[in-house]
Amino acid sequence: MKTLRVYAILYLCFLYAPIALLPIFAFNDGTIIAFPLRGFTLEWFRELAEIPALHEAVGNSLMIAVFSSLLATVLGICAARAGTRFEFPGKKGILGLIMLPLVLPEIIVAVSLLVVLLQLGLSLGAWSVILGHVLICMPFSIAILNASFQSLDVALEEAAIDLGETRLSSFRLITLPLVMPGIISSLLIAFTISLDEFIIAFFLTGTEPTLPVYLWGQLRFPQKIPVVMALGTLLVVASVILLTLAEYFRRRGAARTGQADSGGFL
Amino acid sequence: MSESKALPKLGQSEAAQGYLLIAPPLLYALALLAVPLGAIVLFSFWSQDYLTLDHALTLKNYREAFSEPLYGQLLLRSLMISGAVTVVTVLSAFPIAYFVSFHVAPGRKSMWIFLITIPFWTSYLIRVFLWKVILGYNGVLNTTLQGLGFIDEPLTFILYNANAVVITLAHAFAPFAILPIFVALEKIDRSLLEAGRDLGESHLMTFWRVTLPLAMPGVVAAVLIVFIPTVGDYVTPRLVGGPGGLMIANMIQTQFLKLNNAPMGAALAVLAMAMVTAVSILFILINRRFLKGSK
Repeated sequence: MKTLRVYAILYLCFLYAPIALLPIFAFNDGTIIAFPLRGFTLEWFRELAEIPALHEAVGNSLMIAVFSSLLATVLGICAARAGTRFEFPGKKGILGLIMLPLVLPEIIVAVSLLVVLLQLGLSLGAWSVILGHVLICMPFSIAILNASFQSLDVALEEAAIDLGETRLSSFRLITLPLVMPGIISSLLIAFTISLDEFIIAFFLTGTEPTLPVYLWGQLRFPQKIPVVMALGTLLVVASVILLTLAEYFRRRGAARTGQADSGGFL
Repeated sequence: MSESKALPKLGQSEAAQGYLLIAPPLLYALALLAVPLGAIVLFSFWSQDYLTLDHALTLKNYREAFSEPLYGQLLLRSLMISGAVTVVTVLSAFPIAYFVSFHVAPGRKSMWIFLITIPFWTSYLIRVFLWKVILGYNGVLNTTLQGLGFIDEPLTFILYNANAVVITLAHAFAPFAILPIFVALEKIDRSLLEAGRDLGESHLMTFWRVTLPLAMPGVVAAVLIVFIPTVGDYVTPRLVGGPGGLMIANMIQTQFLKLNNAPMGAALAVLAMAMVTAVSILFILINRRFLKGSK
């Protein structure tokens, strides 16, 4: 199966090609994004520190990502627990609706929310972006949390109740610690998704651009591209750190509940 | 009645507990997904003249969508492009999923899956923009090929057209195709394959008659999860598509944010979703014999 291995390695190169080029141009001392390279510079990173509009956008994005990931994870815990622990009529349909944004084109989510909010006479802002982001983060949170809740042994909770704990306290003392790694992993993934999401933010952000919306505006100006490359490099480093943390917690959770590690978030 | 007696003990029966727990996410999805989607459908039957919205129900937008060739062309092109993206992505992803599932040591599988998913989580905008850098006239690919002496003139058929959109989207949706197929392959009982071979089938025939049919639920999931969202992609056609590679999402955005004609945009969104749903249902029906045994 040598050919298959060679193909897999080539495919990984294809997957990593864009990200690999990013730092090359971010440190390149030339305004044109093409080979040959001109020399090493830190100029573009220095410029990043001097753009107030960028800092504001980063602030907006971080705030939106924090609230979106918290809300998506709390709602995700409810859905994942209900879905794995209880049977009730209409469960499939209800979960189907909640998971729908996973396949729905983001532009559909964006314009439908836009239409409703404008009809209600509400003004757009960070809060409307949060509403949309929770919607698209929730399915990912549920997918991650499902894995944690599924591997949970119901007998543990029942034992706690038999020993005199209430339903709530047994959830807090037994269930929560066991699914905590899944919760942290869900928070990190939702945070990453929200931080990176463009279309919904583009439609719903009003006058306070998020980081991707700001980036989109910069892509039109060729002279700004090297700075965008520097920013992109930092973003990639940040997401890789977040994802590695999320993966670490996911694996720890898998180990804690004694399930075999099959890998992957979805 | 036993049901009315059970009422005070709400939260005791299993179904009631389930409903109580599912209520917050369900209400959220109803209010912010189901209602807005309904509103879009309603909107598509209204009309707008500059800034005033006419609430009288009309088929005007749909008539315009069908009579104006540009709309039909964009809708059709969006379907064709996402169809092509789906074929390319799923066909190129299958061998990877197969490789990781069958030829990677169990302890290293999650490492491979992690490696495959990392690029997907990094800034979408920047990834798409870098494909423009790679595929451009003076781009990385052309300068490399010229430097190596493979071509004399830069290739021009790879940027600002539908090809560029297909390549870029195939890259963006790769993990979405790999993961469901990988999961389906992991579920296959390996002893079935041995049985096939013991009974005298070749490797290729075992793959064709045992592995592939059992992997089909994953392939169907991969097809749907790539096909449906790509129809509505906005960023990729805008950045690398050029005029010949624009898709319906670009027109929806123009109608909503530039032309102030939300009802027309809504009608186009509804039409796009209707087409995608029709194609998806057709696809599921064609493959239903593979899906029967799976949950």
